[in-house]
Amino acid sequence: MIEAILTLGISGLAFGVLLGVAARKFRVEQDPRISKIIEVLPGANCGGCGFPGCSGLAAAIVGGQAPVNACTVGGNAVAEKVAEIMGVQALAVAAKVAVVYCQGSLDVAEKKAEYVGIEDCRALDQLGGVKGCPYGCLGLGSCVKACKFGAMYMSPQGIPVVIREKCTGCGACVKACPRKIIELVPADKQVHILCRSYDKGPQVRKYCKLGCIACQACVRACPLKAISTDRGTLARIDYSLCDNCEICVSKCPVKTIVSYKVREEKAVS
Amino acid sequence: MLRTRALSGGVHLDDRKISSGKPVEFAGIPPEIVLFMSQHTGAPAKPVVKAGDHVLAGQVVGEAQSFVSASVHASTSGTVKAVEDRYHPILAKPSTAVVIEPDGKGEIWEGIAPGSDDISTLSPEDIVKIARNAGLVGLGGAAFPTAVKLSPPKDKPIDVYLLNGAECEPYLTCDARLMVEEADEIVFGFRAMMKAVGAPRGIVCIEDNKPEAIMAMERAISGKSGIELCILKTRYPQGGEKQLIQVVLGREVPPPPGLPFDVGVVVSNVGTAYSLAKAIRTGMPLVDRVVTVTGAVGSPSNFRVLLGTPVSFLIEKAGGYTGEPGKVIMGGPMMGISLPRTDVPVLKGTTGIVVMTKDEVNLDKPLPCIRCGRCVDSCPLRLLPVWIAAYSDRGMYEEAEKYRALDCCECGVCAYRCPSRRPLVQSIRLAKQAIMEERRARAQKVSG
Ligand code: SF4
Ligand code: SF4
Ligand code: SF4
Ligand code: SF4
Repeated sequence: MIEAILTLGISGLAFGVLLGVAARKFRVEQDPRISKIIEVLPGANCGGCGFPGCSGLAAAIVGGQAPVNACTVGGNAVAEKVAEIMGVQALAVAAKVAVVYCQGSLDVAEKKAEYVGIEDCRALDQLGGVKGCPYGCLGLGSCVKACKFGAMYMSPQGIPVVIREKCTGCGACVKACPRKIIELVPADKQVHILCRSYDKGPQVRKYCKLGCIACQACVRACPLKAISTDRGTLARIDYSLCDNCEICVSKCPVKTIVSYKVREEKAVS
Repeated sequence: MLRTRALSGGVHLDDRKISSGKPVEFAGIPPEIVLFMSQHTGAPAKPVVKAGDHVLAGQVVGEAQSFVSASVHASTSGTVKAVEDRYHPILAKPSTAVVIEPDGKGEIWEGIAPGSDDISTLSPEDIVKIARNAGLVGLGGAAFPTAVKLSPPKDKPIDVYLLNGAECEPYLTCDARLMVEEADEIVFGFRAMMKAVGAPRGIVCIEDNKPEAIMAMERAISGKSGIELCILKTRYPQGGEKQLIQVVLGREVPPPPGLPFDVGVVVSNVGTAYSLAKAIRTGMPLVDRVVTVTGAVGSPSNFRVLLGTPVSFLIEKAGGYTGEPGKVIMGGPMMGISLPRTDVPVLKGTTGIVVMTKDEVNLDKPLPCIRCGRCVDSCPLRLLPVWIAAYSDRGMYEEAEKYRALDCCECGVCAYRCPSRRPLVQSIRLAKQAIMEERRARAQKVSG
């Protein structure tokens, strides 16, 4: 066995050397625009664009597989520069930030089980999680680990928090979350219904103090008719209609609806 | 008597079959029946009833939608309370289910008509059709639709059919009890299976820790031409399809997508043969199965359980918890899945419910790998669990795939043998999931 491991270590090294040599030898001429674009991209290599790193995106833009504004991290400034290199008109990038649609921290959500195993939300998801809610956050922070910009942290009660000012909207956390409870939302939208449970009201009440019970109070309260219930069991805001008036926030009996405007103003004062 | 080969890898486990002397008894009609549309390998069935409908035992509530799928039938009479998402114990997420409030009468649907007591009157196609209409799936755990298994591709002749009565998981005794009590029915079903695939030879495989079952089956097959008995030395995971083929016949099933068909073999569980026999004789589809409820419960038992019966109801029936429950496992302790809740129903593939006390569950954190190589020595598929897991833990799924992560049958032997208690199987499962997701994404990109 020891032998086997040594061999593996050695062959790993050997491959590394070979690759280095090969890379030098087989280097091919590439479109000069690619390296120019790589220079203007942020270099975060976050993969948020869906391509393998910034160089991957650069090649894709030149190859026509990606638009010039594909890098959300770089925003408008980068999009403009890339457009210039490509000789096209830049399209505006809508700034988006990540929103975690669950407030089921351990002080508000019922804990049903104990978990021993790998610290990865996907692994826990294969087992159903430890909380009563089968839709909510699993609490192992895979999203936080995926964020390359330090824009997320776990609250002491085990719910991820997005630092909105730092979030670049790269979407890495969205991809990392097996429960699909993180979404990218236009940054100017500040009112959110933080729940993704499709269980019926009485059931939700049993396991979470802050879960949506689909009472429809917000649906009725919204003057712009921006809220409707999805499958009849979960209220959702149509962000294209919402103007952050916050009327629904105070109407929700279980405090599922949160306004970051309030939070941010509080933080300022 | 057949000469068997040694299982490569594997372990000898303390078998703890504490319920082996308990005759199968009916668990009763629970207050609620939850029938998932997805309780088999393949496409989910489509609900064909709605809230308010009155249904009778044996009536179809979910229709198979494709070739690899299975219909779902009401397991007792009552009113459909809802067709809604419920927490699925194996998928570990909400999934569509038909929820029935039983009326306690257990009335049988008028469409159920007694069939034949004579296999010679049935054609292979008849038998496949019966299995399909009965919603029959493999009852050993994997829940693969039986009708598909009974229809091997024309270019792959089957020369041997193995009847799997190994039951190598500790604690479980449902198959052993069924063999003791229903040997003749099992053999009847087995003969039908052999006829369906045209196998001239059938072998009943049982581990040597079940002497009563061996005796019963030996008696039942005597005088039946083409069927022999093979007694295996008890070793885990010998009951795995590939392992059984290797041990009994010395044939090696190629890695996935290779199937037993490729080496001229079909394997079915004894419970499946029994349910097929019932479907042939009485026309009754798969609506119940034998489930072992064991471990830290008042009276470890073997129950005949209506599909859809809640686990909590069965634990209650078995005398409730003794001591503080730590883990409730659906399936056997090695390959089963620990449940985060007990309000989940028995599925077609549920072999047992094993309760472990808090003291029995080791909650210690895993230690670093000491490179002892025990996982490598014990893997029955000759994989390198330590490497697959290490790559998985680092998110290097392509490498994990190269190390044949997808071949892993999740038998759990590697993790069991690991002195550092590393969650090897969990890491490998995660890699498998990631690899499959990646493949699907790639396929989508290609087609889209
Ligand atoms: S919080 Fe999410 S979207 Fe925002 S920077 Fe981090 S990973 Fe990207
Ligand atoms: S990845 Fe999803 S489930 Fe895991 S901590 Fe983040 S939000 Fe919660
Ligand atoms: S008011 Fe609150 S609980 Fe009621 S539907 Fe709206 S978000 Fe859900
Ligand atoms: S790697 Fe898979 S097949 Fe091999 S011992 Fe571990 S669980 Fe079993």
